[in-house]
Parts: sequence; C-alpha cells; structure tokens
Amino acid sequence: MRKVALSSRDLRVRIGAREILRGISLEVEHGQTLGIVGESGSGKSMTVLAATGLLDAPGAEVTGSSVLMGEAGSAPVQLVGASGRVLRTVHGGRIGFVFQDPGTSLNPLLTLERQISESLEAHRGLTRRSARARALELLDAVGLPDPADRLNNYPHQLSGGQRQRVMIAIALACDPELLIADEPTTALDVTTQAQIIELVRQLQRDFGAAVVWVSHDLGVIGQVADSVTVLHNGEAVEQAPVLDVFDRPQHPYTRELLEASPRIDGDVAPPHEDAPVLLKVSGLDVRYSVTGPVGSTVVHAVRDLSFEIRRATTLGLVGESSSGKSTVAAALTGLVKPHAGTASLAGTDVFTVRRADERALRRRISLVMQDPFASLDPRARVGAAVAEPLYVHQLAKGKRQRRERVAELLELVGLPADFASRYPHELSGGQRQRVSIARALAVQPELLILDESTASLDVSAQANILDLLSQLQLDHNLTYLFITHNLAVVRRMSHDVMVMRVGAVVEYRPAAELFAAPEQDYTRALLAAVPPARPRASADPR
Amino acid sequence: MRVFRFLARRLLYSLVVLLGVLVVVFALVHLVPGDPVRIALGTRYSPEAYQALRSASGLDRPIVEQFVGYVGLALSGNLGVSFRNGEPVTVTLLDRLPATLSLAAAAIVIALLISVPAGTWAALHQGRASDAIVRVATQFGVSIPDFWMGILLIELFATTLRWLPTSGYAPLIGDPTGWLRHVTLPGSTVGLVAAAIMTRYIRSAVLDVASMGYVHTARSKGLPPRVVTIRHILRNALIPVLTITGIQLATILGGVIVVEVVFAWPGLGRLVYTAVAARDYSLIQGAVLLIATLFLLINLIVDVLYSVADPRIRLS
Amino acid sequence: MTVDTYDRRASWRLALRNPLTLISAVILAVIVLAALTADRIAPYGVNKIDVPNALQPPSGAHLFGTDELGRDIFSRVLVGTHASLEVAAASVTFAFFVGVTLGAVAGYRGGWLDTVLMRVIDVMFAFPVLLLALAIVAVLSPGSTTTILAIGIVYTPIFARVARASTLSVRIEPFVAVSRTLGTGNVLILRRHILPNIASPVIVQTSLSLAFAILSEAALSFLGLGLQPPEPSWGRMLFDAQGFVHLAWWMSVFPGLAIFVTALAFNLLGDGLRDVLDPKQRTLLDARRKR
Repeated sequence: MRKVALSSRDLRVRIGAREILRGISLEVEHGQTLGIVGESGSGKSMTVLAATGLLDAPGAEVTGSSVLMGEAGSAPVQLVGASGRVLRTVHGGRIGFVFQDPGTSLNPLLTLERQISESLEAHRGLTRRSARARALELLDAVGLPDPADRLNNYPHQLSGGQRQRVMIAIALACDPELLIADEPTTALDVTTQAQIIELVRQLQRDFGAAVVWVSHDLGVIGQVADSVTVLHNGEAVEQAPVLDVFDRPQHPYTRELLEASPRIDGDVAPPHEDAPVLLKVSGLDVRYSVTGPVGSTVVHAVRDLSFEIRRATTLGLVGESSSGKSTVAAALTGLVKPHAGTASLAGTDVFTVRRADERALRRRISLVMQDPFASLDPRARVGAAVAEPLYVHQLAKGKRQRRERVAELLELVGLPADFASRYPHELSGGQRQRVSIARALAVQPELLILDESTASLDVSAQANILDLLSQLQLDHNLTYLFITHNLAVVRRMSHDVMVMRVGAVVEYRPAAELFAAPEQDYTRALLAAVPPARPRASADPR
Repeated sequence: MRVFRFLARRLLYSLVVLLGVLVVVFALVHLVPGDPVRIALGTRYSPEAYQALRSASGLDRPIVEQFVGYVGLALSGNLGVSFRNGEPVTVTLLDRLPATLSLAAAAIVIALLISVPAGTWAALHQGRASDAIVRVATQFGVSIPDFWMGILLIELFATTLRWLPTSGYAPLIGDPTGWLRHVTLPGSTVGLVAAAIMTRYIRSAVLDVASMGYVHTARSKGLPPRVVTIRHILRNALIPVLTITGIQLATILGGVIVVEVVFAWPGLGRLVYTAVAARDYSLIQGAVLLIATLFLLINLIVDVLYSVADPRIRLS
Repeated sequence: MTVDTYDRRASWRLALRNPLTLISAVILAVIVLAALTADRIAPYGVNKIDVPNALQPPSGAHLFGTDELGRDIFSRVLVGTHASLEVAAASVTFAFFVGVTLGAVAGYRGGWLDTVLMRVIDVMFAFPVLLLALAIVAVLSPGSTTTILAIGIVYTPIFARVARASTLSVRIEPFVAVSRTLGTGNVLILRRHILPNIASPVIVQTSLSLAFAILSEAALSFLGLGLQPPEPSWGRMLFDAQGFVHLAWWMSVFPGLAIFVTALAFNLLGDGLRDVLDPKQRTLLDARRKR
C-alpha cells in the first residue's frame, strides 16, 4: 500500500538573481528510501533543506510546496513558508536529520545523553529520567557498544563511525516519520560506511520511517535506495526506481555519471611480469610524536613495510584512514624521516642521501596530493607554479624557454596553454589537479606518487583524471604509486595492489589475483564493504 | 588523571616564563647606561652613601651571583629597599596592591557586564543595524585614549554634575560606599575601553561558534531558539570568553597606570609612575615583578577553569 | 588564515568600496599631509608664548584657542601630528621588521629556534604593554628615541606572534609540501610562498599597531615620560590641560580629538583591510567539503 510520507512539488530556491534550484518535485513513501544523487553544485543538500524547511542561507527565497503527509493521527503540514513555531515542532519531532561531518555535528561540551534527551524533552515533554532511559534504548538500537557507559561520554571520546551512530540515534529519538540523511557516510571509511548503511536499513525495517539519502556516490545510492532522483545544476534530470536508473538510464547525464563511476568489477590492468624493478623498499618504519594539551604520544605510522614497484606499472596502495599510506608517500619524498628501513630507486638510496645530492634525488620522485584547492599557491599564477621545478632544477634556461616548456606541459595534461596566466581560483577542481600533474611531470620523474589525487573530485572529473593518468602512463612509460582508499579506483588503475592496515601490510599481490581471490580476511571485508556496481535486488519486501 | 597532567604542564610552563620574567626584571637595573646607584642618589651623592647603597643593593658582586641572590630574596619576599626613601619594597607594594586590585576588579566587572551581552547580541544579529552600531561603538572605544576619557568624565560627572568625586580613594574593605563612589569614574574609564576590546573579541568568537556544525544540528532538532543560543552557542563561546577575560585582566593591570595618575588612585600603577620619574630602580623592579607574576597567576587560574569547562581536556 | 580566493586587483577595489575604509584612508591621507607640512602651515610658532592672550576660546585668529601660556593650540596640535606620526611610524617599522623576520623564520624552521622564540615572546607578553615601555624608559631616560625604542620593542612580540602563527598555517599547506618534494630550497619557499601568503594578517596587524602606537606614545607623553618639552606632543598637552578643563575646554578637547581621530582612522583602515584580505576560510572549507 502506497503511503507517501513527504511530497514536494516544484521546489525553487532563489538567492538574489540566481536560481539555484529549478522546480524540483519528489516523493518518498513510508518504509522506502529515496536516493538523491548528484555532483557538487548540483543542489542536492539544498533540495532536502528546502524541502524540510531547514534552509537558512541569508537571502534565500524558497517557493513551491513541500508537504509532510503525516501518519494516522497527525495532520499534513506544509513546510515551505511555514512559521518558525510550526517548523520547530516538525524538526526533530517528525523529521530527523543526519549530517555529513561527525566531527563537527555534535556539541563537544555536552554528554551524549544530553544531546539525545534534549530532543525528547523538547518534543515529547519527557522528564530527565525517562529521557535517559530512552536515550539508553536508542544507543543500544544503533549498535553502540556499552551504551550505559557511553551515555556519560563526550563526542571526542568516540570514533567517527560511532559518532554517526549517535547522530542517527538523535535523529530517531522522537520516532520521526521521515529521516533525512545528507551524505552521512561520506566522511567515513568504507567498512564503517557499510556498517552504517546496514544499520539504517535495519532501523528502517524496525521503525518504518521514510528515508531520504543524499550522496554523490552512485554506488552507495545503489545500495540504499528504492527510487532515485538524479540532480544536475539544480534540476532533477532523472527520477526512477533504482534498478531502472542503473539498467536503463534515460538522461545523458545519468549515463555519464554511470560511466564515470569506477566499478569494483571493472577491468583490471594486465600484469607486467618482466619489467625491471624501479623502486625497492625494505623494512620501512616511520614513527612520529603527536603533542596534545596533556602530553605527547608516539604514533607508529608504518611498521616494517617492504614492497617493489616495477617500471611502467602502477602499484595501488590501499588502506582506510590511519593505515599509514600517506606516510609512505611522505617518507619517499623526503617530507618525513623514517625511523628505519631502506629504499632504493634504480640503485640510488632514497633515505640516506647527502645534502649535496638531495636536490637531484627530488627530481626523480614526484608527488601529486589530494586537495586541488590547497595544492597550488593561491598567489601564484598557474604558469609560475608549473615553472617552479624547471627553475629550481635548471631544466629550462631563461624565461622564454620556461614559458615554452610550461605550454608543452599544460597541453600534455589537456589544458590550453593560455591557462598559464590564470590564478588557481579561476580553475575548477579537476583543472587544478591537471596543473598539479603538469607540475609533477615537469621534472620528468621516474616515479610519480599520486596520494588520493582524485578523492576530492567529482565523479566525472575523477574519471577524466584517471583517463589522463592511464594515457600518460602508456604514452610515456610512467611508473606510479597510486595511493587511495577507493577500491574501485585501485582496481582500475593498478597492476599490483598492496593493502595496508594500521601501518602494516595485509596483502600484497598482483591486482588480478587480489580481486579475484583475496586471501586475507581484512581484504575480503574491504571488498565486501564496497558498494556493488549494481544495486542488490532491492525487491525484497520490507 | 588527565586534568592533573594538564595543570602540571601549565604550571611548569608558567614557572619557566616566570624565570624569564625574573631575568628581564633583574636585567633592567643592569642595562641602565651609567651608574644606577649614582643616578638614584642624584644630589644626595656622597662617597659613603654611594658605597652604602651599592652594597645594600648587592651591586658589587658578580652578575650571576647577584641574579641567584636576587631570585632567592625575591622568592622569600624580600625585594630590596626603595632607592628613594629606603623603605622595604615589598611593604610598599603590598600596601598599594589592594587599591589596584579593587580597581581592576571593578573594571573587569563593568567590562564583562557590557561586553558579553553586547558581543553576543551583535553576533546573533550579524549584518543588521544593531550589529553595525555595536561595531562602530567598539571601534570608538578602542581608539579613545583612556586618560582623555578620564579627564572628560571627571569634567562631566564630577566637576559639572557633581555626582561623583573628582579623585581620591576609599578602601573597599572598610568603606564600601566610599569605595563605590570613588571607583566609579576610574573603573568606568578602564572598564569601558576594556569592554570595547572584549566586545569585538566576543562577537567574533560567538560568530565562529554560531557557524559550527553542531549549531545546525541543534536547529535541526527543532529546539527553541533560546535553548540553541544558550546551550549550544554561548556555552561553547564560554571558552574564548574566558581567554579574553584573562588577557584583558592582565592588560588592565598594566593599563591602570595612567588612569591611577589621572584619578590620584593610590595603587601600583601610580607607584610605578612616580618610581620611574625618580629612577627608583629597586621599586620599579619590584612593581614590574609583582604585576607580571599576577598576570601569570591569572593565566594559570584561567587554565584551571578551562579544565573544568572543557571535557576534551578533562577526559581522554 | 590559509588559502583564500585571492585576486589582487579585486581585493583593493573591494577594500575601497567599504565606506568606512574609504573615509579612514582619506582621513589618514589628510593627517599625513598635515604632518609633513606642519611646520609650513602652522599659523603661529609652537612655543610662541603670548600671556595676554592666554586661555582664549576658539576664534578666527586661533582656530583651537590658546592655552594657559597663550600658545596657539592649533599650531601645537599640527606640529604634534608630525611628532606623533614619526614616533608611531618608526616604532612600528622596527617592530614589523624584527618581529616578522623572527616570527616567520621561527615558524618555518621550527625546532629549538622556534621554542626559544616562543618562550621569549611569552615572557614579553607577561608584561603589560605600558608597564614594559615604562620600564624601558626608566632604563634609557625619556626622549623621542627612547620612546620609539620602547614602543618598538614592546610591539615586536605581537608581530612575531602573528607572523609565526600564519607561517605555521601556511607551512602545512600542501602547496608548500609539494614545493619541498620538488626540491625547492627553503629560502625560495620562504620568499615565494610563505611571505606573500602571510602578508594579509601582517598588513592588518601593522595598521592596528599604528593605532596602538599613537595611543601608547600619547600615554607616555602624558606621563611626561615620552616626548619631552619643548617638543609639542598631544599627550603632554592633555596633561597640561588637566588643571584647566573647566575653564578652557578647548585645551583638552582638541589634542584629545587629534589622538582619537588618528587612532580611529588606523583602526578602521585595519578592520577594512582585514575584511577584504582575510576572507573567512570557513566558506572555502565548506566549498571544499561539498564534493
């Protein structure tokens, strides 16, 4: 029986002269999940905020209709243009919210119990004691271990995944009809993400709420949603049941999005058996101390790590947060001094290099980092950024030669030569990463390290960069160390794969073998946690 | 216990800074071009008086020994004798301390009473007229010379309206109403300027907190606006407010010098002024040391309050 | 302050669009002009005593009136402008160069150099500003050079701290790390990447420190421990005016106004610059996070 929980018609949001949302209509039913998917700037967060009356951007005008239908007993409520008082009864009471960043979404100075009970006090009029009992129930329901102890804990004492569980508990405290989850797993590890997805699914079964799940990740949407709305530039370009969207996408943008998403079951690069070894790392051990207000502790970031990279191949280094993967990059590029271990780049020792030879060594290993916004000096033009290594290593003498070389490099990465006179803020994220790649290639390195280089990009930009990198590797016989947390991307790019966990190697094999038959439990867990390319048969009755 | 370790570290750090302060204060006398003893004696110079004062001040021993001796004496409460009138410095300082403390207290209370509501109000109404008014007012307050304001306030409230005395002092303990009458103008002079500084800081702190994710979460729970403002915004802005209060208290301790002169308030500030004018180095040393130590003490107290207010420090 | 959407030309245009910033810039221009031309445009000598005309209210002949010795207050305020601005500029220049150099180098190099600098700064911050300045004056004897040195020394720590703090936040930016991995030397990184990126808060601090320097010099001169007579100074004029506030309000109002307006102009300018040069990094972080 179809029972609609939320019905929005022709939602428009205008800020000043610009129309940000253009006439979005959507519907979500009880016990069902609506997935809203889109890249950055598509307006997906704004859509749910506008639809639930939570949008408070200055100068924003919301028009259209969005009605919370209500179950037996509660009347339907128009949320667009509703008064503050009406909205306050609805928010938290009939609609629960889970936001993206568990790090900042919880008040650091209040106990978990308090953060849950304040909703209960406000909406259900519960006393502190009964609110506490209910809070305990909720923490248990979201799978937090030792819930009784946790009640008196503060957010900083929990991990990211645990905090999201608490957010979910808070959202469900007053047994709402509708749960809005805005990118709830984006900031989490892939295994934690899988747990949260499963938790929400189970809670939905138990409580029967309608769920709106917003994400940029098609794979996640495929896993959680029953029906999908695809947003692009403030418009809903496709709305259909999930299987239809994946199997028979109608709109070209949807098709683009599907194409661009790296698939966990996609092709694997063929192994290069007989290429000579370029980099050989042995027994790498990195430790550093972290100082807090109370004292300092030693973090053992990398333990006894050994691996090899063969010329013109890609080693994919996979791990979740705190696995130590970025530390490996830092050690190889001289940003961090290893505690122990050796590394040899075609015979040259990387870790014990004399000051005089250091500069020459830096030419041979090059790094592209994750954040496209922060990887370029905002006060330097693109041309200056790319020319810097040319200048430092005297690879092109004189301004004119450098300018020509910069133009060549920009073209190599698919950017027009006149971008050299632009400032970074005039470029998009994908374009900035291309500039970073051009800069990294300026020194003609033997090894290029890509540290989460596509993690901050939209799916389509990411696909383009990965294409570019693959092409460059083929054309110029480049060797890559590709660091990422995204297994689908690893699968696409790597010949060999090394899985790391808490500083140590878990599994290290050619990609084809690892993906076909993972040997270690952790690897298996990682692979299982990755959202599948196609939605699971979501037709099972709830 | 985490709190214990945190405080121990802060205490250790304060002691290190205190040592630095001692070095600076000690060095003051020794950096004077010329002979400090001779300068202090001035017209009263005679070879015997010179020798006597020199040995009494210990200036005839090697530097490091002098420093150690100085520290030892200072820690035991002996800060030497005034070059000018021979009285023990410690006694003089302690005599003047209550007046300055009561003035500083009055000033900080006035400052808090104005800045906390004003700063919060301005932040919560950011961009609107009330915010603009507060911002302009604080700009004025920060730019006005405090002694000028003091003079003008005396003219208005004391000389013309005759509501309050033009100058003078009554101790808080002993004559509270008298104290209140006498402290109003100087306290307001210092307090208003401090209020201007603190309002800007608090406004900025509240703005920062108001933009945090957890405030958005609190709103999404449908909590009444007052609860959001008090329990989520203000409660978290408390820590920066604590910081600025500590800093301002220290600034006030140094800033009262001029106000005490204008209002003839017999406190440490006025003492420093006359000591500097008379080149009474041991008195200057003692006063500077005392004020700096008070500052460190205030900061340490602020740290203790932090550990109470912020569970991130209290618990692991 | 970390990465911001920087566009040099747009920044200045934006700065001038704020009316307060524009007004303060104009006022400062007038003040500086007055300071530079004071000697020439002052209608009377600064120490021209004219007792018969003592304590005259403002009039056509004496724009700001006369003081107890018959001296023209307008001329004295004008020449005092020169003195005060000179002290402010010199002391802040000192504090700027010493402070920013120490702060940036310490912030970038880290290690023992940084620790030592931090401790020294902390010790200096343990003394209230005016107190430390007075102590220095006590050591060196009052005069304009001493005043400049005292204020300069006392304000060095704040520049060092601002420079260090922003150097630290720029130093951990990925673009600095990438430059190091590419083999760029420390000096080049400091020059090309660090200094331009810490310019904003340092510029703002300069403007604010100029305001405080004006106020500090006035306070020192008020106490008789700053600029010494016969050099006219606003602060000293206020001190002399204390006995005559009721009789001759112009003696205390005009010098005080001069101090106030100058300090206000510097403060407003600093604020206006800060709004423009230091856009809340928050918005940028939000943009970064919304993938």
